[in-house]
Amino acid sequence: MSVNFVGQINDTIGPADMVNYILRRLLGVIPMLIGITLISFFVIHLAPGKPTTIQQSLNPKVSLEVRERLEKLYGLDKPLHIQYLSWLSRLVRFDFGRSFSDDRPVLDKILERIPLTLTINILSLVLIFLVAIPIGIRSAVKPNGLFDKSATVLVFIFFALPSFWLALLLMNLFGVQLRWLPISGIKSLDFEYLGFWGKLADLTWHLILPLFVSCIGALAGLSRYMRQNMMEALRQPYIYTARAKGLPEHKVVYKHALRNALLPVVTILGLSIPGLLGGSVIFESLFALPGIGRLFYEAVMMRDYPLIMAELVIGTVLTLLGNLLADIGYACVDPRIRYKK
Amino acid sequence: MYQVPSIMKKLPIPLVVFLFLTGMALAEDYGDAIVMGSIGDARTLVPILASDTASSDITGMVFNGLVKYDKDIKLTGDLAQSWEIKDGGLTIIFHLRRNVLWQDGHPFTAHDVEFTYLKLIDPDVKTPYSGDFERVSSFEVIDDHTIKVTYKEPFSPGLSSWGMSIMPKHLLEKEDLNKTDFGRHPIGTGPYVFKSWRSQEKIELTSYKDYFEAQPYISRYIFRVIPDESTLFLELQTEGVDSTGLTPLQYLRQTDTPFFKEKYRKFRLPSFGYTYMGYNLNDEKFKDARVRKALNYAVDKNEILRIVLLGLGRVCTGPFVPESWAYNKDVIAEEYNPQKARELLKEAGWKDIDNDGILDKNGMKFEFTVITNQGNEERLKSAQIIQKRLKEIGINMKVKVLEWSVFLSEYIDKRKFEAVILGWALARDPDCYDIFHSSKTREGEFNFVGYNNPEVDRLLEEGRRIFEEDKRAEVYHKIHRLIYDEQPYMFLYVPDSLSVLHSRFRGIQPAPIGIGYNFIKWWVPLSEQKYKK
Repeated sequence: MSVNFVGQINDTIGPADMVNYILRRLLGVIPMLIGITLISFFVIHLAPGKPTTIQQSLNPKVSLEVRERLEKLYGLDKPLHIQYLSWLSRLVRFDFGRSFSDDRPVLDKILERIPLTLTINILSLVLIFLVAIPIGIRSAVKPNGLFDKSATVLVFIFFALPSFWLALLLMNLFGVQLRWLPISGIKSLDFEYLGFWGKLADLTWHLILPLFVSCIGALAGLSRYMRQNMMEALRQPYIYTARAKGLPEHKVVYKHALRNALLPVVTILGLSIPGLLGGSVIFESLFALPGIGRLFYEAVMMRDYPLIMAELVIGTVLTLLGNLLADIGYACVDPRIRYKK
Repeated sequence: MYQVPSIMKKLPIPLVVFLFLTGMALAEDYGDAIVMGSIGDARTLVPILASDTASSDITGMVFNGLVKYDKDIKLTGDLAQSWEIKDGGLTIIFHLRRNVLWQDGHPFTAHDVEFTYLKLIDPDVKTPYSGDFERVSSFEVIDDHTIKVTYKEPFSPGLSSWGMSIMPKHLLEKEDLNKTDFGRHPIGTGPYVFKSWRSQEKIELTSYKDYFEAQPYISRYIFRVIPDESTLFLELQTEGVDSTGLTPLQYLRQTDTPFFKEKYRKFRLPSFGYTYMGYNLNDEKFKDARVRKALNYAVDKNEILRIVLLGLGRVCTGPFVPESWAYNKDVIAEEYNPQKARELLKEAGWKDIDNDGILDKNGMKFEFTVITNQGNEERLKSAQIIQKRLKEIGINMKVKVLEWSVFLSEYIDKRKFEAVILGWALARDPDCYDIFHSSKTREGEFNFVGYNNPEVDRLLEEGRRIFEEDKRAEVYHKIHRLIYDEQPYMFLYVPDSLSVLHSRFRGIQPAPIGIGYNFIKWWVPLSEQKYKK
């Protein structure tokens, strides 16, 4: 994505320009949001089936008249554009509506899932970075050496393994055979009776398998990217200078090369932000984790329109914000961008 | 001064001690918890709003209806002590139990029943169950414990409809039922009190000390949501859940290890439903009854039972299950007879004129597509077996699998199908008016095959008006015979209900209705109790 700052007459971009830029980007979110939600709303309604069809159908106790009456109560008998406009008018008041499946406020349903999804995703991200970056560095420092070759094979094996298969195998091994780890869920049955540290330990214990499975596939991408960037950085002229000056090797690698190699990683961080509030329905179903992925999937299956729209809005806002943060972060971290020349 | 009963003076001391000790050992212990595994979470705990299994499982523990089914599948009183049927079935008078308390201490009265009834017929309440209650012409509270319900015309299935959970008027009269917080924190009259609900994780109930029948022995009922079947089975292997359903494969092949034999008991009980292949009776090919009968001869149902259910079920002979009193024992399923199938088809005008292996008639080949819903392995396998057998007599059947909501809204509701494989989960009352009466063929109604038989129509109407079970049974026996003979469906099988329960639970007594009917009498000996507290 190209970055376009409008600077002042001076060489550098000052704080006033940044604020200006940010405000303009934020304002730009609004028309994008309307466009995306409009298209999404109509596309969702293109799918055949209504919430009332699925909930009550083929239950001989629920007659046709009852279903028609339920449709009216949900407002589904009004024309599409009216339904969209009434949804939009409620949205600007931050009223996301009520879920069709149990009439609870949509925001409540999403918010109660966010802590878990966020925790898992953030921890996942941290772990991936903590493991992949050192692998990438070490591989780059001695390219095609023993470490590099074996690490490459290993991360690609992990990348290729289907995560649900791996999950079940590990659940069987560590859960059933060895009885070291719990099989599913996020809390033990007697969670409420544990003290604070007990609760923390219980949660950690439950998160070990899910985190392991979710991180393992992603190591390949980041570590290869890191390796590439490091090798780039180590080829730069200033590295020769540093070595010629007599600097110890670890300073050359960590103080000079690494800092430059990390710059593109900032972009990746920014682009990962929308993903923080996403979840995999397969993963969450397997481990019985009450996360956002399952919520969204079930909402789509049940044609729970208010819930689907709310999740799309949140996803859109996060994507756009994430892009913005990535751009700003890059500008802050890379001095070259701050100078107009 | 304590007087030893004189009889005990005559018995030797060791015997007395022995009797005393065995008396102690045979007494049931209170305590422990049962952990149920479920694929889905409940949706709402307002009993008249929810139609999914998970919600009904929970509300069934927290609430009572006026009537319920006993172990022999006969209607018996729950909150109603007794009832009288008057005026040829137009009026039912319920005499309610006294001294029943809501779980918050408030007394239960007829006004709660009236309140529940008014909400059931309220057009602004999103309840799917209003149908049966709209047939009531008047509802009168005679006194705090007597109710008089009058129907527009005699309606015998109406009696069982009063198994609907009764809701507390004093807590809900000012609430909007659709949105009330009561749906997340219910209070009922039933054996278990709601304690907590962590969405998509677990629901916990504790036993109600003042339950009008008796305090349940098991102290806690825990409902764990585990959406993946493989994970659920793994949890079973670590005793993380105490009870769950099993597939035929799991029942026969995967639960015979020493671990399972020691820790769990398996149950194979009759289920109350059947699977069938329905024909669109407005389609030219299926209008002729001889064609449908031929197809019935061409498919070996025992083969389907063997392969799909591994033998754990029975062949279905009509719209009733063997446990129902409406079932006609004299209706026997036709044997597998492909020769007879070919003869009948020939009679109906289907011959292989161009020798390509497929039957023809008037230039049209006998080809059709059967649809079924995604996610049901058993129906898909049944379809494939039927496909093979029909190919052998010259019929080309294709199988199409569709996502559930598309399946319902685009194909079933709009009658855009040739044949369909589906199942019915039946209510205990045998009234199948909604499925087979010729008036129920509008879009969205359940006679989507388009069955129209004036004699069956008359019998269905009659069956709903009679209250005496013996006379009603005669009517339904006739319906069973007529429908099987006409074959609007190819009736396939009645699957068995397979489940597993941790062996520490005592007091289980399998009966025609299943094992859950006496749940409040299940108990765990102190020494084996797993969940203290």
